[in-house]
Amino acid sequence: MSTGVLGKTVRGFSEALTQTLVAEDSAHGRGLLQALDPRVKLVGLLALVVAAALSRKLAVMAALFGLGIVLALASRLSLWSLAKRVWVVAFGFTFMIAAPALFLTPGVAVYRLGSLAITAQGLRSALLLIARVETAVTLSSLLVLTTPWMHLLKALRTLLVPVEVIMLLAMTHRYVVLLTETANAMFESRQSRVVGRLNGQQQRRLMVNTGGVLLSKTLEMGNQVFLAMQARGFRGEVRLLNEFRMRARDYVAISGFAVAAVAAVAAGR
Amino acid sequence: MAERVASEEVSSAVLEFEAADVRYEYERVAALQGLSLQVSAGERIALLGANGSGKSTLLRLMDALHFACGGTLRFRGAALTEAAMEDDGFALGFRRRVGLVFQNPDIQLFNPTVFDEVAFGPLQLGWPRAEILERVHATLAWIGAEHLKDRAPYRLSGGEKKRVALASVVVLDPDVLLLDEPTASLDPRSQSQVIELLESWNDGRKTIITATHQLEILGEISERAVVLKSGAVVADAAPAEVLANTELLESANLIHSHRHLHGGVPHKHPSPYLRHEHHQH
Repeated sequence: MSTGVLGKTVRGFSEALTQTLVAEDSAHGRGLLQALDPRVKLVGLLALVVAAALSRKLAVMAALFGLGIVLALASRLSLWSLAKRVWVVAFGFTFMIAAPALFLTPGVAVYRLGSLAITAQGLRSALLLIARVETAVTLSSLLVLTTPWMHLLKALRTLLVPVEVIMLLAMTHRYVVLLTETANAMFESRQSRVVGRLNGQQQRRLMVNTGGVLLSKTLEMGNQVFLAMQARGFRGEVRLLNEFRMRARDYVAISGFAVAAVAAVAAGR
Repeated sequence: MAERVASEEVSSAVLEFEAADVRYEYERVAALQGLSLQVSAGERIALLGANGSGKSTLLRLMDALHFACGGTLRFRGAALTEAAMEDDGFALGFRRRVGLVFQNPDIQLFNPTVFDEVAFGPLQLGWPRAEILERVHATLAWIGAEHLKDRAPYRLSGGEKKRVALASVVVLDPDVLLLDEPTASLDPRSQSQVIELLESWNDGRKTIITATHQLEILGEISERAVVLKSGAVVADAAPAEVLANTELLESANLIHSHRHLHGGVPHKHPSPYLRHEHHQH
């Protein structure tokens, strides 16, 4: 396997596919969040995300992040996997956005890099942004990783999310799996016919060309999947064998989520 | 309209499908060109044709997934149009009676587990929970896949996927089963299993329309063969009659003659499927 851009892309697609499939496995696992009614998880975790977005204190953010870790452990999710899939990626993107604030925010200089100074206020702003994103992404991931996709759609529908949005989400999920499968096969097929090493420009051109073909192929396949769903009676309304039923633990959980969210908002002002 | 479909009784006299001068274009390419065909209840029909002859398109029109650009296609007297399928009552009644098994099982299998996959159709049609459980278990037992019920469909072998795809439609016990290349890309054992399943499911009252270009299964899956070429019907006869017509089969690209050498003498085989064919070396 090439170590160039192409090789990395192939591995990237393979990993994306594996992660999508693993997420469905973990959603069927036995853990705290998996045992809860999807509506409770959806509302509860969403409330914590909103609390994180409203909070202006690092300590509160750290507490919410800590709660996320506790919930992940109680739901038997791998922290290592969470770190690789969620935290590192979220940090990378957020850092790029937050970095200018380190230098541009007026305030007391705490460190100097030549003529540029990192200010205490800038450092706090950047840390706050990174902490807020990491916490929100962690809590959102918990929802996705502990809830079968169809249950999540059903929960969204019971919260009056329009049918059109549900259909879009249903298609997107299947589309992602098809996209990764097709991309993987296409890149491997390319690799099997590439002799010698391609330079960077050739690899980039190859990727751009393949991307175009891939897009049209997967759109077509996505359309076929939708037809297959329609053929068996799907009309946008998600139906499940086991209808959601609130039990005692769900009431306890939603109360816990509500208390945590309200406390975080109050303490984070 | 839903009542009209529901009130129809299946009998040999009932016309299931009636296509009159049906035309369909896909991205400005004509896929069906004035196709006319009548299908009676209980018939087992093979749609024969080379790739691109319009077989799959016709099946999709019959399953009301696409709609004719011209001409009319009726199911038990009701025109299959976009407007008709927007009526929930009609659409659900139609989906209950007509099932389509796609050629590519990967497209058809989109649920997280085999059990969910087979239960998907009955759930959409709003069947009672107890009935769904009973029918899904019975259907999984029928295809010999009870042990696979918790497996993810993408982890199945090609033959298993095809059987689950078949089960996901047959669980609804439709009156009409449309099959798009049901044995394509399967090993011989899996091919036999699929054909045997179809035979065991059919109680003689089901209408089964199979699109295929595999002539070797023709006798097993049909009593009537309709040959398509360039989106139109070019022959409609008994399978034996169609198989005997070498000229027709060659013109529809269903067989090809090939030349080779035996002992340095060049000669020609018209078809590997025509077993009555003898030639001398």
